[in-house]
Order: sequence, then structure tokens, then C-alpha cells
Amino acid sequence: MKYLDEFRDSAKARILVREIEGLVASMDIPDDRPLNIMEVCGGHTHSIFRYGVEGMLPKQIELVHGPGCPVCVLPMGRVDDCVAIAEQKHVVFTTFGDAMRVPGSRKSLMQAKADGADVRMVYSPMDALGLARANPTREVVFFGLGFETTMPSTALTILQAESDGVTNFSVFCNHITIVPTIKAILDSPDLRLDGFLGPGHVSMVIGTAPYEFIARFYRKPMVIAGFEPLDILQSIWMVVRQIKEGRVEIENQYARVVPEGGNAPALRAVARVYELREFFEWRGLGSIDHSGVKLRAEYSRFDAERKFAIPNVPIADPKSCQCGEVLKGAIKPWQCKVFGSACTPETPLGALMVSSEGACAAYYQYGGVRHHEAAE
Amino acid sequence: MNVAPRIRARTLARVHVPTVTLAHGGGGRAMKDLIDDVFVRAFDNAALDPLEDQARLDLCNLAGYGDRLAFTTDSFVVDPLIFPGGDIGKLAVCGTVNDLAVGGARPLYLSCAAIVEEGVTIDLLRQIAGSMAEAAAGAGVEIVTGDTKVVHKGACDKLFLTTTGLGVIREGVNLGAHLAREGDVVLVNGLLGDHGAAILSARGDMALATPIESDCAPLNGLIDALLAAAPGVRCLRDATRGGLATVLNEIAGASQVAIEIEERATPIREEVKAFCEILGLDPLYLANEGKIVVIAPPEEAEAALAAMRAHPFGARAAIVGRVHPGESGRVTMRTVFGGRRMVDMLVGEQLPRIC
Repeated sequence: MKYLDEFRDSAKARILVREIEGLVASMDIPDDRPLNIMEVCGGHTHSIFRYGVEGMLPKQIELVHGPGCPVCVLPMGRVDDCVAIAEQKHVVFTTFGDAMRVPGSRKSLMQAKADGADVRMVYSPMDALGLARANPTREVVFFGLGFETTMPSTALTILQAESDGVTNFSVFCNHITIVPTIKAILDSPDLRLDGFLGPGHVSMVIGTAPYEFIARFYRKPMVIAGFEPLDILQSIWMVVRQIKEGRVEIENQYARVVPEGGNAPALRAVARVYELREFFEWRGLGSIDHSGVKLRAEYSRFDAERKFAIPNVPIADPKSCQCGEVLKGAIKPWQCKVFGSACTPETPLGALMVSSEGACAAYYQYGGVRHHEAAE
Repeated sequence: MNVAPRIRARTLARVHVPTVTLAHGGGGRAMKDLIDDVFVRAFDNAALDPLEDQARLDLCNLAGYGDRLAFTTDSFVVDPLIFPGGDIGKLAVCGTVNDLAVGGARPLYLSCAAIVEEGVTIDLLRQIAGSMAEAAAGAGVEIVTGDTKVVHKGACDKLFLTTTGLGVIREGVNLGAHLAREGDVVLVNGLLGDHGAAILSARGDMALATPIESDCAPLNGLIDALLAAAPGVRCLRDATRGGLATVLNEIAGASQVAIEIEERATPIREEVKAFCEILGLDPLYLANEGKIVVIAPPEEAEAALAAMRAHPFGARAAIVGRVHPGESGRVTMRTVFGGRRMVDMLVGEQLPRIC
């Protein structure tokens, strides 16, 4: 495929791997303390496993799989709220596919569907708005989920609904924002990270400036990375080079997609429709200040949280689940007590086992066993 | 098989209403008319014609083909009923024919049980039955017995079909998923994932127009040619639901061997690759309805490949991997990028990723 195969070229990959090996060889990195580089975004995690990138790197580099999978960090209580809305008789509940299996305390949306709720998978919030137009006697609710990547499309759909005068459409807003979360990780006392691969698609919307504090105050290098395996290898090389040269900068490897200033119309729509929540609950990470958004009062008629009675009961993560430690890079997925035993993709206990972008599911599906055994 | 021309003893009844109602499932004249008009007319064979409660098959005739019976059943609930490259009828015949053929059997007789939702048009049923008859003729099998039930609106989705198949396994042919050995070669007979991608895009909820057609085809002819050219073949499987990845995991598990495939050698159409790329699906898990996985001993791999390539349903056949000494039950893939990853069984349905 044009514009994809070029970024999956194994000959170029070998050259980059040799470059990375050369860099780390000149850096005197102790065996028991490899460079820990976190890829923030779940899309990166998926690509790393899909193409076997991790196995190509020298052992002095460890990849730590970060919190950037919006499905994974969704707390159980919010899934319960989704189910409660979906189970109301007149509701058509629409969601992106990978949220279907996320376990709630009672059931997932997939189980709710099996029990008779009208839950439908959509590819875009505009499809949900289309359903609302086609079903004027039903209340169509869209499960707004994701980071800044998907936030603008939900916002634009609400603006469209407003201008079309659609009244039976609303959004259950669970959009979250990445920067406070990176900050929370950087503030955690057991932090062992030496650098970051920055999220590509989020940055396409917000630009590169919001990350400056990571370099300035926390003195960690970040390279905003694309999602093809060569993008990832090149970005790792760029992070290692910064460390070797003693530089701490926010660099942009994904310049073909990410403009420095972000996407202005998208940001305008976001600013118009949402405001920051005081705090938002993350699965595995707990409550993080200003890490989520909700609809502004002017758009309350499109806000499912106001339109429907929702339980809004926070549910603690299962005690045995160590997703939080995995998310912060304190342990590897296979070091979790329940990985592969009580927690599998079929019966996920922790959020990271749910989505193919979750670190645990990716290890389990694409290579976990090898690491798991190596650890034993 | 008795293919001599014959004269039917009675005239077939006709249905004169446009749609199926519960009356057509009532056991009375309406049902008889429906069966006559739709199924008997299309399937048209001597074993079915008398409409006894069972088809009567000649044992001596069967014994002429081999020394063991092969017996299989499958239900078909595909949505939409008609899709690019086929329909539920063609699928129901090819699916069961292929399930027999991958066991080394010569497929001979099929049954057809239909569960019809009231309100379905008679014309649609005629079309599907016609397509079953055509597929059966193409595969050299007869549909010799059947059943029809009509259910209330909503009790099933338009039409469900179940076909059961009977075939005879040739003497000396012993294929099994447990027979793969270190050094064996893994082959497929062509491009993977077409059926899954065609069905997903035909459902229309992806709003993606694709030219991809289902690969639905009867593979008994191809398998005959393959086994004649490479009699040492250890195992054949049709890579239906769960795709290549699932079949390889089953074989690796049953044979207690490791299998490694080469992403570069795995034949997938550019359109299917792009379709999967957009939706976040993995083509290795997409369903096929006209593809088999072949495990052949290394000395017969080239003969197996050549035999398949010479057949219309195997033109894009390829060697995709090998059986390895590694940890048993494990399937891995050497990626185009030069890395290596595990190819595990699929958990549940493939859910498209959101970003």
C-alpha cells in the first residue's frame, strides 16, 4: 500500500537498529538499569507489538507502555453508567467498537446488548447523529470516548446537531486529556522513565507546545512519533540521541501529520463545546485533576449526564489488579500477579487486558508468553 | 452417483402468493406447495423427488468411492443474505462440501434445512434455492433431503440454513490436524480474507465501498488434484471463521509443534489490506470460504503448490510458512518489518479500534 509500505521497510529498519545499537554502545548503560522509554499512546503500543519492534531493540532499551489507551483507562463506574443509560427502553446507545467489552461492575455493554439493550457500534459520532435523525421517537446517545484525537469530532457533531435542531441526540462525555496525565506520571514517586514517545494523533490536534513543560520542568526528552514501525524506531533513535547528547527537547518526528500549532478549527470546536472537569477518575491511576472534559452549560441539552439519571457510583478497581503500576511503568505486564491467570482477554480483570491497545492484551496476544516465561 | 435422466411422476405445485406466511410452515398444502415450488424444483434429483421422510442411499454405490463415511453439519446465518461473490445458498453448499473435502472425502449428498422468517419473499427463496442447486452441480453433489420451518417475525433474521453432508473417504487417505511434523511446509491456496472483508463491507455500516468479493467456492476439485500430486499431505483445513491464524493455532496445538509464517509470503489482496488498515482489523483473522491451509512434507511442497496453482481456485497459492522445532502449540510470524510476533487465537469477535 502506498504511503504505508514505505514506513514498514525492513532494510531501513535494520539501518536504524544498527544506529540505535551504536548509540547505546557508546553510552555505558548498566545492564540492570536500561533506558526506560515510555510510549504514551496505545496506538504505538499496538504497532510495537504488531511489528515485533521490541524484539529488534538492544537490551539496554526498555519500552514502557503508557496510559494512552482511552478504553483501558475508563473506570468501571463509567461503564456502569453507560449500561444504565443503554438499558432505558427508548434509548439507542452508540459506541466505538472497542468499548463494547470493557467490564463494568455488573456487565459490559456487550452483555447489556445480549440482555436486550439497543447498543450499536458506530465508526463516527456523525453516524450516531444520523441514527437520531432516522429514529425521531428514540433517544440516541453517543458514548464520547478518547483523548484530544476524538474530542473534536464529538464537538463538531454536537455543533451539527445544534444547527440542525436535532433534539433526540446526546453525548455521554468521557473525553479525557493527555497532558495532566503525563504530569501525574511524572509526579509519581516510583517514576523510572528516561524519555517519552509523544502521542501522534493527539498532537495533530493540540500541536507540540503543550508538552514543553516536560522538557523544561521535568528535564525529560520527548519525541512526538508516528505510528508506522519505522516512525517508532526513528523516534526511539531520536530520544536516545537526545539522552546521549545531554539535550532535553520536545522534538517532532511526525511532522508530516503534526503541525507545531495543532489544528486550529478542531481546537476552536473543542473550546466552544467543552470545559475542563475539576477531576476525572482513571482506571488504575485514580483521580487526576483537570484530566477530563464535560459539555459546557450552553450545550447541556446534548449532555446525557443531565438528560438521564445515571448511578454515578465510583467502583474501586479489583484489589488484585495492578494496572496502575503497569501504566506508570513500575512493573511490566507479565509481572502482574493476575496476568494470564485470573486476567485474560476473555475475562479481563484490569482495563489493560481489554483493548488491543492495552499493554497487557498486546503482550498476551502478540508476544507476552515469551516475556512471561523469561521472567519466571 | 445416479445421474441418469428420469421422468418425474408428478407435476410440481406452485406458490401463488408473494411472501412466506406462517401458513407455509403449517404442514398443510401451503407448505407442500412451497417445498415443491422452491426446493424440489431447484434441487431436482431422484433421491429427493419421492419426498419421503428420508433420502435412501445405495450402500454399494457409496462403497465404490472408499472405505469410510465422512459426515458433517454446518449452519449458516450470514447477514446480508446476498453479498458480492455469493449468497447464503452458495455458502451453505460450499461450506459443507469443503468440510467434507478437507477430510479427504468425496462429497456426495447434502441435506438442507431452512428456517424462514415470515414475510420473506418467495422470489428470494427461489433465488437462494437456485443458487444452492447451481453450487451443488458445480461441486458434483446432490441435495437429497430437507426441512422447512417458518417462524414469527423477529424469531430469526430472514433465513437460516443448515446443511448436513455425507461423503466417502478414499482408502489410504488419513489427514489430521495432529499429523504436522517439524520441517513440514505450510501452504494456502490463494488470497486470504476476501470473504470476511466482503461481508463486513456489504453490511454497509462501515460506509466503505470496496470491490472485494467473497471467495466462496467448492474446493473438492482442487483437493482431488492436490492429493493426487502430493499424496503425503498431512493435514488440510478450511480457514473459515477465525481465518488463517486460528487454523494454524489449532494445528500447532493438535500436533504439538511450532509454526512460523512469513508476513511477506502471505497472499492478501491490496484492497483487503487497505480495508483492514482503515478499520484496525488483522487480515489473518478474517474469514475465508474458499481457502484451505495445507500442511505438506517438505519433499512434496513444490508438487502441492504446482497442483493448486494449476487449478482455477488455487491460482494464487503460496507457501506461507514452516513447522518449526520451537515451543509446541505456538504460532509466530516474521513481520515485513523484520520483527517477530506471536499469532494467537482470536478472543471473541475482532473489534475495530477507535484511534
